[in-house]
Amino acid sequence: MEIDLSKPILDMNERLAAENRAELDRHGVFVLDLMASPGAGKTSTILATIEALRDRYRIAVIEGDIASKVDAEKVKAHGIPAVQINTGGACHLESDMIKRALSALPLAELDLIIVENVGNLVCPTDFYLGENAKVMILSVPEGHDKPQKYPGIFQVSEAVILNKVDTMPIFDFDEDEFTRVVRSLNPTSPIFRISATKGEGVDEWAKWLASRIDELKASTAEEGKRP
Amino acid sequence: MHEMGITQGILTASFDAATNAGAETISEIRISIGELTEIQEFALQFAFEALTPGTMAEGATLVVTHIPATSKCNECGIEYEHDRYQMVCPECGAFNVTSLTGHELQIDSLETPDELDSQPATANSPAPTDAQGE
Repeated sequence: MEIDLSKPILDMNERLAAENRAELDRHGVFVLDLMASPGAGKTSTILATIEALRDRYRIAVIEGDIASKVDAEKVKAHGIPAVQINTGGACHLESDMIKRALSALPLAELDLIIVENVGNLVCPTDFYLGENAKVMILSVPEGHDKPQKYPGIFQVSEAVILNKVDTMPIFDFDEDEFTRVVRSLNPTSPIFRISATKGEGVDEWAKWLASRIDELKASTAEEGKRP
Repeated sequence: MHEMGITQGILTASFDAATNAGAETISEIRISIGELTEIQEFALQFAFEALTPGTMAEGATLVVTHIPATSKCNECGIEYEHDRYQMVCPECGAFNVTSLTGHELQIDSLETPDELDSQPATANSPAPTDAQGE
């Protein structure tokens, strides 16, 4: 005898993510899930983004690492609230971890939360956290062939940040090939060329993020999700 | 990626649904996996064989339906099947496309050899599944 389920396999994660999303919408908070390899420049990009947008938006950061508070401390040193999640071994963040982190933040006083996912080009791809957008960073020293080798993360990202463009002269990075493969995987997401530590290209990336935050605020106010 | 944890999630949800329907054994679990997910069937089958002994699904078969990737072109309107690397519209070359299928990760149904008293239940159990990664 057949028993019908039609149930998502990641049901629990999806349900908690939807709860996170509803709570965030109540306060009109935009959440960015930032993914990349270890060392690609997630934290540097977050710090550069904070400097570009802190006069316009109230920002907090949720840091995800296997261990240590290194990244949360770096963010707090810039006067921005940060919550550190230590997964203790899990290679990606999930929505139950985000739910706990959100409970430690003053959501009514925030416009933007940046989630720095665990350094990993594979696992964060399939786990919805309740974010508004997933964005990934690929850094020039990693090589232009990464989209071919790790297609999933490029496909789910709403924007792709190419970081450390100031190191192009040192590495054999074929930018045309990189762009061609990214486009074949993801025809519409913008590619932002930046140097997070030197500031190059950060304004254009920040402008895109700002327009997404403003879009959310307008739509959540309109839909009566928040006062 | 995480097939062991995902398989545990499949089994937990299946046990709940079967028990709610009054069944004591499961002979088959049917799932759908989209081609654009990172899930590998061989790893799921391996985990299934490792996790089912001693449970109500001991000896059961895991049947996997692979859902191909399809997209719709927002410029010329055609819908097309493609692999991961060919999302651009094959008809007009447009980049402005919407992904339709290929991201599925779903438990479709179960088969039980048991006689059930009433109509088979749909999954109505609120009990959580556990899909933590390893």
